[in-house]
Amino acid sequence: MEQKTRVKAESGKQEYVITRDFDLPLELLFKAFVEPELVAQWMGTNVLKLESKKHGSFQFETKDAQGKVAFRANGVIHELIPGRKIIRTFEMENAPVGVQLEVYEFEKDTDDSSKLKMHVIYESVEKRDQVLQYGLVQGINWAHNRIQEVVSHLK
Amino acid sequence: MNLRRDVFQAIADPTRRAILLLVAAQSMTAGAIASNFDTARPTVSKHLQILTECELLEQKPDGREIYYHLNAKNMKEVADFIEPFRKMWDDKFNKLESIMSKYKTKK
Repeated sequence: MEQKTRVKAESGKQEYVITRDFDLPLELLFKAFVEPELVAQWMGTNVLKLESKKHGSFQFETKDAQGKVAFRANGVIHELIPGRKIIRTFEMENAPVGVQLEVYEFEKDTDDSSKLKMHVIYESVEKRDQVLQYGLVQGINWAHNRIQEVVSHLK
Repeated sequence: MNLRRDVFQAIADPTRRAILLLVAAQSMTAGAIASNFDTARPTVSKHLQILTECELLEQKPDGREIYYHLNAKNMKEVADFIEPFRKMWDDKFNKLESIMSKYKTKK
């Protein structure tokens, strides 16, 4: 069976493309990227600011169980065409990977399904490779945070 | 030399990926592999050389023939490298999908 989320990351390139099929109408999929409270829910982060418009900016922040800031990111929206496209920059603070350019393309499939294509470009091949390796590290970190969350509810 | 980077360069080429798929099914001689492609024989040989150098393929002599085998260990390394990253986004998007389908029914 084909996977719903696919990553295309060719070696020696400073970019990757993620594609995903959603069992959601296009309008709902797009909403999940522009409404601050929805972004906060699925990204699992606090949305300090999200101005979903051309030249708007955003800021995300995640705290660990002790209330310490674990992750902070910000960026600027360069283009926003409702139901079709978002072009934005994204930069993780205190991370060595620099800024990334993200092009999100949304497409209707049927009335109840849609597609997302996320094209992400980095400053160098090395920086892109570093981000791909973050998957390993972050997967472990998030599992750890989730365990802490569950455990703290037990107390 | 960075082996892992070489491995990624090796699999960036579509012909080399096709060769890996062929050999994954069964070990083959260079001639048998080349017969599956329209490309000139020396070109296929070059691809085989690259795949062998970065240790995705192994040569094993059998009588007078040399067979190419897939080096499963290094192939796994390639998949493992991207998979956690893919899984991370897959999890996020699954969450998005479930949140938004509830949002739909609430409306």
